Amino acid sequence: MKPNGNSTVPSDVPVQLLHGDVALSGRPVLREVDLTVERGEFVALMGANGSGKSTLVRTLVGLNPLSAGRLELFGRPLAGFHDWSRVGYVPQRSTATGGVPASVWEVVASGRLTHRKLLRPLRSADRAAIRAALEVVGMDAYAHRGVAQLSGGQHQRVLIARALAGRPELLLLDEPTAGVDLPNQHALAGALGRLKEAGATIVLVAHELGPLAPLVDRAVVMRDGRKAYDGPPLSDADVHAQGFDAGHVHCDDASTPEPNAAVPTPLKEL
Amino acid sequence: MTLLELFSVPFMQRALIAAFLVGIAAPAVGTYIVQRRLALMGDGIGHVAVTGVAIGLWTQTSPTWAAVIVAIAGAVVIEIVRERGHAEGDVALAMLFYGGLAGGVFVTGLAGTGASRLQEFLFGSILTISVDDLLVTMALAVVLIVICVGLSPQLFAVSQDADYAKVAGLPVRFYSILVAVLAALSVVIAMRTVGLLLVSALMVVPVAIVQQLTRSFRMTLLGAMGAGLAASVGGLVLAAALSRTGANVQPGPSIVLVALAGFFLVWPIGAWLRRRRALVAPFPETAPVEKPVDEAHPHHHGEKCGHVAVEHGDHVDYIHDGHRHAAHVGAEGEHYDEH
Repeated sequence: MKPNGNSTVPSDVPVQLLHGDVALSGRPVLREVDLTVERGEFVALMGANGSGKSTLVRTLVGLNPLSAGRLELFGRPLAGFHDWSRVGYVPQRSTATGGVPASVWEVVASGRLTHRKLLRPLRSADRAAIRAALEVVGMDAYAHRGVAQLSGGQHQRVLIARALAGRPELLLLDEPTAGVDLPNQHALAGALGRLKEAGATIVLVAHELGPLAPLVDRAVVMRDGRKAYDGPPLSDADVHAQGFDAGHVHCDDASTPEPNAAVPTPLKEL
Repeated sequence: MTLLELFSVPFMQRALIAAFLVGIAAPAVGTYIVQRRLALMGDGIGHVAVTGVAIGLWTQTSPTWAAVIVAIAGAVVIEIVRERGHAEGDVALAMLFYGGLAGGVFVTGLAGTGASRLQEFLFGSILTISVDDLLVTMALAVVLIVICVGLSPQLFAVSQDADYAKVAGLPVRFYSILVAVLAALSVVIAMRTVGLLLVSALMVVPVAIVQQLTRSFRMTLLGAMGAGLAASVGGLVLAAALSRTGANVQPGPSIVLVALAGFFLVWPIGAWLRRRRALVAPFPETAPVEKPVDEAHPHHHGEKCGHVAVEHGDHVDYIHDGHRHAAHVGAEGEHYDEH
């Protein structure tokens, strides 16, 4: 998948969050989170349930407002950022259903809306992008099936295809592997691997990496709304073993990992 | 008077034109309402619009335009309560419904207009459609149809997955309120034909009929418009035919009953299709535990052998008599494995 060529200044950083605080219904959830994602990086946001990793990725795409701090996408503050065709977002699967049948093709076609003008039919370029996105995730044979008839893993791949159809430079995925069986996780890893090779920047929320582990350049572990670790990838076992999961390990400055956590652990080979 | 002669009467012609356009427009809006899982929204707006009609009758201005204003206000309030997602939101909506209906009947009493005048709006009345009413209905119906079909990519995306639509840079709140306003307008144009208390059925039942059979949103939208047209015109003709026998059947109830009859006719087909789809849903792509079929297997499974074919990873399993048989080519020719 080719990144969007126009209006790209090589120096602009896809994601830059400085001292980000987020409160949901008045309750502080994210506290002083700093996160910079460089062009072409594959970052995994990890942590236990309730650690704030999904809140963080929703904040990065503007779905949760910051109560303090500063967020820039591609070098522009969020309020002044309108170039949403450069961003692809894959929400958690459970949020993306309607009460009326919809085909795989139609769901993926809505990924082209960032490129379409009002009251214009799909152009051939749109159709080509939709077909290409379906091929990347291996769902081209299912284009005319209803999304309600897909398995969880297939539905997830359709949501990824929808984000890819817009040809984004930055792709953010919220728990794409949750509830997805192993063969589908491998299919997903293959698709993300091809995107990474093509130069896309990828931020992914995951509880466990599984087959995605070899793709990850950098891991960010959240704990209790703060960044607990930011560095070379950790194996799933390390994330759990070093107490990032547990809520009871205290350290004075949560942004500094415990000494043993800073030591890069070799990736578990699959 | 024969049925044909009845259709040469001007008020009946006006009613037919109104039923034709309302039958197309109301289910078009209804498709988005059902997609947003707000099937009862039309009922709420219908109740609120009763107050609008009563105010219009009391002030001796146009009941139609008073209903437009009050229905739009009610629809926007419903949308805001929904968007806020308050836990007590459904209770707030329920109170809005009761307030709308009670207010309408109360204001009618204050005005001394009498319940029969209000009843024309509650259950529809073909006799009361004036030329001015018809022109307003035609204009609004065309606007509704053009917006529902023309903006279908945007409205579909917003109704299917609001979070995604927001990240795609769509003005989600504008489109959500637009759907609410469209619903209010379709309630008002349908009130003379179907009546305010039954208008929601014409928005929802056609969608429920066609989504038994369809797999895509586009087919559901177009199919619902067709089913709504058939129910609306069919119901009107039924009411007119019955009126020749001396009965006094209002078109609203007969339109709704025709639509419901359509639903119950299509339902067995839908149930059969759903069962069929569940049967051929692929088995998980794990390596099967293979067990050769012992007895001789004279039957050759293939595309048209009549057994249910289910995808199973890289091959197809055929189901018969509670078994899953997959062809396997071994050293001594083809045989079947039990998967």
